[in-house]
Amino acid sequence: MTATVIRNGRVIDPANKQDEIVDLLIIDGKIADVSQLSTLNSQPEEIDARDLIVCPGLIDMHVHLREPGFSHKETIESGARAAAAGGFTTVLCMPNTSPAADNPSTIAWIKDRAAAVACVNVLPSGAISKNLGGEELSPIGSLAQAGVVAISDDGYCVQNHEVMRRAVEYARMVGLPVLDHCQDYNLVGNGVVHEGYWSILLGLPGWPAAGEEAMVMRNILLAELCDHHIHCQHITTAGSVRLIREARARGIKISGEVCPHHITLTDEAIQHFDTNYKMNPPLRSQTDVDALLEGIADGTLSILCSDHAPHAEFEKEVEFDAAPFGIIGLETELGLFLDQLVHKHNKIDIARVIAMYTVEPARLLKIDAGTLSVGARGDVTLVNPGLEWTVSVDRFESASRNSPFGGWKLKGRAVRTIVGGKTVWTL
Amino acid sequence: MTTRWTRKDLLGLRELSADEINFILETADAFKQVGTREIKKVPALRGKTLVNFFVEPSTRTRTSFELAAFRLSADVINISATTSSLTKGETLKDTARNLQALHADILVLRHSSAGAPQFLANRLKASVVNAGDGAHEHPTQALLDLYTIRERRGKIAELRVAIIGDILFSRVARSNIFGLLKLGARVTLVGPSTLVPREFEKLGVEVSHKIDDVLPQADVVNLLRIQHERQRKEYFPGIGEYIRLFGLTKKRAKLLKPDCLIMHPGPINRGVEIDSEVADGLQSVILDQVTNGLAVRMAVLYLCGGIAT
Repeated sequence: MTATVIRNGRVIDPANKQDEIVDLLIIDGKIADVSQLSTLNSQPEEIDARDLIVCPGLIDMHVHLREPGFSHKETIESGARAAAAGGFTTVLCMPNTSPAADNPSTIAWIKDRAAAVACVNVLPSGAISKNLGGEELSPIGSLAQAGVVAISDDGYCVQNHEVMRRAVEYARMVGLPVLDHCQDYNLVGNGVVHEGYWSILLGLPGWPAAGEEAMVMRNILLAELCDHHIHCQHITTAGSVRLIREARARGIKISGEVCPHHITLTDEAIQHFDTNYKMNPPLRSQTDVDALLEGIADGTLSILCSDHAPHAEFEKEVEFDAAPFGIIGLETELGLFLDQLVHKHNKIDIARVIAMYTVEPARLLKIDAGTLSVGARGDVTLVNPGLEWTVSVDRFESASRNSPFGGWKLKGRAVRTIVGGKTVWTL
Repeated sequence: MTTRWTRKDLLGLRELSADEINFILETADAFKQVGTREIKKVPALRGKTLVNFFVEPSTRTRTSFELAAFRLSADVINISATTSSLTKGETLKDTARNLQALHADILVLRHSSAGAPQFLANRLKASVVNAGDGAHEHPTQALLDLYTIRERRGKIAELRVAIIGDILFSRVARSNIFGLLKLGARVTLVGPSTLVPREFEKLGVEVSHKIDDVLPQADVVNLLRIQHERQRKEYFPGIGEYIRLFGLTKKRAKLLKPDCLIMHPGPINRGVEIDSEVADGLQSVILDQVTNGLAVRMAVLYLCGGIAT
């Protein structure tokens, strides 16, 4: 028997509405009743959590670990280390690998690889359509049996509403939530930055807000038609927030997530053509940022994530419109959200940040994680909410360095990550 | 004159002050004189190496830069997309670093991607002169337009300039907007709503979709090439309708004030954005623009090349 006791921390477990200073006990990789401490027959590992927050291991349900196929950008091993260094005990990896995760054998490969090398829990998602092509359904039932916890064509978007409708209906049958990267290809065209003042000024092809909102609207209609949950990934526009808010008020099974770059930066950042500000969907206007903050504050947007998208330096060090979209985020997202949402804008409290990283994604994905209930997996994150630190890109665990946040001074970060009762990372 | 030139690169007019723009124009005055001499060559850049690096096709701009460099006594090599290793998969960064290793002093870059000159300027010791990047800027074209207006009208401030055509995809339009506004001109953009979206008003210009209302007021009309072949067809229904709504036809040209200048950066689509007779008429300064382009580019190469050392 192995036991770990985390002493004197402020335990915040939103799933159980718990927020108190108390000891937390983990026995044999599972959360145990703290009263068992007196009956232990050996000395437990002691962790002092005075002045720290002790919360369920954080979940990032939107990351790209790049394996199989793009191990020069990231591997399951390095991506999992980056997750641990960001305070995450569980990540959901997107299926746009090579080969795409549209078949059970690729899912099996990812799971085997994760079991062998990943220091955190790596959950696979499966593709909605074969080869992410948007035309034929992937074998969603077989993917479910292989262990995916959601389906998504992330990076791509099924354009044909009929195909999407059948995917949602089918996913409902096998109990998988559908995650959608909302992008209307016709409206967006070759857009690389938000369509607005800066795209006009710089002569860069614009990616209009309506290109996202058209698909958010589509998803609301299909969620209602199919009576099944559709989760809109990386929401960026004021219009999307309004649509989701109205639909949720009507009881539609729709939800949305937010990435830190979309609330900390605007399209003004692109003016020097630095490709670390190029992501899809793009950085938007201050009006959109304000709407996202309101959407987080009123619960319209219920999940926080990174869209961790590693790319090698040589891939990003090119002309702006030739560069791949995306930035890494696992090691900066918690700090950015705590700094901005809690400390700077005072939009939500720290318990809500934790809820948006734990119970909310766990419920959506129907996974056994995101709580400190007795008997739950011993996945725990220790957070120092007041710690001031400076982002140092060179010290990232990720295999890539494509972050625009180097040098940012942030307040709040994870200091220890525990997976199944074992400390896998500590500051 | 108190203005001094301190820039290694010329990337666009948005970043320049009015003083800096005027300084280039005044420097160009001196070089224009050189062009009228029997010996049209000065030793200003003797011993310097200039690379004309054209990743996107161009004839007139490349030739103008090449001739400007010859007249400044620089050594010139031309590299185009088809002769460069870019076609073998080499990155822009690596190609440029190789040119730097050969001790090129000035790199004149034409590229289809907005921001490519800035990308190189940030990474190279050599001067980078933007010869047109995507739909972003074409600073020497705007400078020669400003030079031509100033030469013909004696000033730029308070003049009403209409830029007509495909504004959205035009680097010439953007550089002209920035330069004209800095020097105090009043700018109206004219064209179909798809190619001249209202967002341009935020730059400090007026937007009109009625050319007949704009022409009688204008002191200068600058017509841009309609690049129908490059555009997706949804931007406007066709050339015939474009001519009907926005072409500077002979009939429309009668609306112009007698001293209004007609400009075009070339190459002209005769009979599309401008009628052939109007292009060749007395109000046209299209060939003056070409001549002045040489003087302006000599000034730019001289100023930037002097900093690069």
